[in-house]
Amino acid sequence: MRNDLLFWVWLNSLPKLSPRRKLLLLEYYRCPEAIWSAGREELRQGGLLTEEQLEPVVAPVWRQRAEEALRTINRMGIKTITMHDENYPVLLKKIYDPPVVLYMLGSFDREEKAVAVVGSRRASPYGRDTARNLAYDLARQGVTIVSGMARGVDSAAHRGAIEAGGRTVAVLGCGLDRAYPYENKELMKKIAGAGAVISEYIPGTPPLAQNFPARNRIISGLCLGTVVIEAGEKSGSLITADFSLDQGREVFAVPGNVGSKYSVGTNNLLKEGAKLVTGAADVLEELNLVQKFLKAEAEAKKTVNVLKGLDRWELELVKILEEEGSLHIDRIAARSGLSLNTVSSALTMLELKGLAEQLPGKVFRLRL
Amino acid sequence: MYSKVKSCGFMGIDGYIIEVEVDISNGVPGFEIVGLGDAAVKESKERVRAAVKNTGLEFPLKRITVNLAPANIKKEGSSLDLAIAVGLLKASGQMGEVDLEGYMFIGELSLDGEVKPVNGVLPMAICAAEKGLDSVILPQSNADEASVVKAIEVLPVKHISQVMAHFRGEKRIKSYSGDPNSIFNGRYEYDVDFADVKGQENVKRALEVAASGGHNLLMIGSPGAGKTMLARRLPTIIPALSFEEAIEVTKIHSIAGILPPGTPLVTQRPFRSPHHTISAVGLVGGGKYPKPGEISLAHNGVLFLDELPEFSRDALEVLRQPLEDGLVTISRVNVSLSYPANTTLVCAANPCKCGNFLDPDKECNCTPKEIQGYLGKLSGPLLDRIDIHIEVPSVRYRDLESEKKAESSEEIRKRVDRARKIQLERYKGLGIYSNGQLKASMLDRFCRLDQRGKELLRNAFERLGLSARAYSRILKVARTIADMEGTQCISPEHLAEAIQYRSLDRKYWRS
Repeated sequence: MRNDLLFWVWLNSLPKLSPRRKLLLLEYYRCPEAIWSAGREELRQGGLLTEEQLEPVVAPVWRQRAEEALRTINRMGIKTITMHDENYPVLLKKIYDPPVVLYMLGSFDREEKAVAVVGSRRASPYGRDTARNLAYDLARQGVTIVSGMARGVDSAAHRGAIEAGGRTVAVLGCGLDRAYPYENKELMKKIAGAGAVISEYIPGTPPLAQNFPARNRIISGLCLGTVVIEAGEKSGSLITADFSLDQGREVFAVPGNVGSKYSVGTNNLLKEGAKLVTGAADVLEELNLVQKFLKAEAEAKKTVNVLKGLDRWELELVKILEEEGSLHIDRIAARSGLSLNTVSSALTMLELKGLAEQLPGKVFRLRL
Repeated sequence: MYSKVKSCGFMGIDGYIIEVEVDISNGVPGFEIVGLGDAAVKESKERVRAAVKNTGLEFPLKRITVNLAPANIKKEGSSLDLAIAVGLLKASGQMGEVDLEGYMFIGELSLDGEVKPVNGVLPMAICAAEKGLDSVILPQSNADEASVVKAIEVLPVKHISQVMAHFRGEKRIKSYSGDPNSIFNGRYEYDVDFADVKGQENVKRALEVAASGGHNLLMIGSPGAGKTMLARRLPTIIPALSFEEAIEVTKIHSIAGILPPGTPLVTQRPFRSPHHTISAVGLVGGGKYPKPGEISLAHNGVLFLDELPEFSRDALEVLRQPLEDGLVTISRVNVSLSYPANTTLVCAANPCKCGNFLDPDKECNCTPKEIQGYLGKLSGPLLDRIDIHIEVPSVRYRDLESEKKAESSEEIRKRVDRARKIQLERYKGLGIYSNGQLKASMLDRFCRLDQRGKELLRNAFERLGLSARAYSRILKVARTIADMEGTQCISPEHLAEAIQYRSLDRKYWRS
């Protein structure tokens, strides 16, 4: 264990000081240990801190807490990356106020090509599907999918990347010792296995509302660009898009229905000049990741081979689902003119071959 | 002066003879009834006294003792009134020398001597016939019910004076006979039909499978999707009641007192849908003086539990044993009785608290945790007894408008009949009648899979994340689907369809 870690953790955890302020302190004093051992008077003379900001820096309580957090970090095997480390993500370091320490479960390469896929927590099935498919396709091209592990679009994006066997990163607004929202506990483990779960907050930090906007700057900061899928008029993902612009990164948005309240925010982004996205290719092209995209077409040809193993009923259903997107079982039966028992069993077969999947409400769609 | 006349009580759904002994002796005037009667029996003294007096007969001012034998069984209700009054009149010599040996008396008295209807006449009449009695004198309104029993003469009366006139030889009571066969032939007349249901084709198919194999079923769907409407129509496609089944159902309904007047025999499969506030006793039966519960009232029919997660946990847990055995056993210190409870359980539940989880158009406000928690309340052992889960989405307007004519119940029932016959043949002598009743030990014998089938099932468990308890359910349902096609072997196609009926085992309910 590196012996100055305690001071880093301590500096990072101090309240009342913005990340930017911590960065300035660090530049001035060179290393966190110097700040730790500096007395009240010395700090005052430095002129970087107001009286109010001085208090936590000298208070013993934050020093004790840092020690506690350090024990949890060791116990849970959480990795720490400090500003001075070689492997601090390059893109993140370039932003105005990068966190001085990142806590991480899993792994992240400093030059990893990543794209953020974010959106509303209350997403429509359209939003979740689009997130999942986009993340799937991008992950297939070797792009890391970064998101916030929230309900709705975020979770769908992580899942899509995991299903593609690609990499994905979740940035949390709480300590890494807890899963928020709780139902994503399993998902969090999977993300750590297929990429990383990252936070700037020390273990034990609860998911406070004010943490999330700050967390969003890390999401956009890690990435070449941010894709917003379904955002209401005042969605938190619009904050991420703003950060992305401020940081000089690309902003993409997926259009939604004009009347849909889920898509007011994304449609507004498009009006303001965000790049319109209907598929992974749009993102890859804009970010100059095109060469890799050629591989995708080869993949597409493979699926044609899969279709060869199907009987005529299964083929018929694949054709219908291709045209319609997702469809309820009754309508599939009506469209195909087949009896329900035939349709039921053919759909199970397609599910088992991994070509179709069932959504809540006996709705089916292809997953080619 | 002593007399003895016969009446009847019931234990479970079977009647037993009660001998009403009346003794009149000199002493301080009084009227005592012994033999473990409940409050209604004790009060019968007052009704009998007034009825006798108001009919213009004489109530003896002597010491009167009535004994209800067998004296160690508790008796309840007012159906002994008539027998006590007749015994009293005979013992006091007002009836003359008549032989009452071959008669059974059933009926409640009003203060002016009118004979009023009572519950449970059918099992009593059957008991009288079994014990070799000749005639049963009973209230006019109960005559239809008793006339189903052919081996006994039914003598309906409206007033106690008719009974006196009969035995004094002044005016015989006209015996009543109905024609049970003619009653029994009108049995297909349900007031609902599957032809009324537009759309929901896959749910109808699932109900047909459930009816064909006697499988219990759970429907999950948004409010207003038509779950109740569909459930109500399930009895119309189950094969018609046989005469013996009809008698059993009528006996239970007669004891519970829910037989509508003028209905000699229940000829339609019962459909019971108790409210979700029902208690455990209300559901399976019991009480101080045991009564059949809803599950017994639904015997040979359908028990529909709407809003399943809202039922109290106690009530649902007590359903487990009767669903398995087709019988409710109520044990008391001195008596143990049982009510038949062979019923198809149909349950309906919203997918989540707000009900919109499955709706493609509406927004569901529930968190994933709430969604899991809502149906998670249902215990595993209860779900283990439900073979088919099906999702019922709301019908869109364009489906309601569709021109396509829906199949009628009768057409569906014909197919169900065929599948049931195959099962009856196959399970002859095994004590079960349908695939839904298959025991785990019989699966190997009757639900054998070929290599392709086994592979498919293994694949399904891995790919779809089905839970282990789905295994035997899928086999049973696949067996039914094969029977519906009339094939001996369960093919992979049958299994594949059966897998579609395990919605709750799907991952999206659990993660």
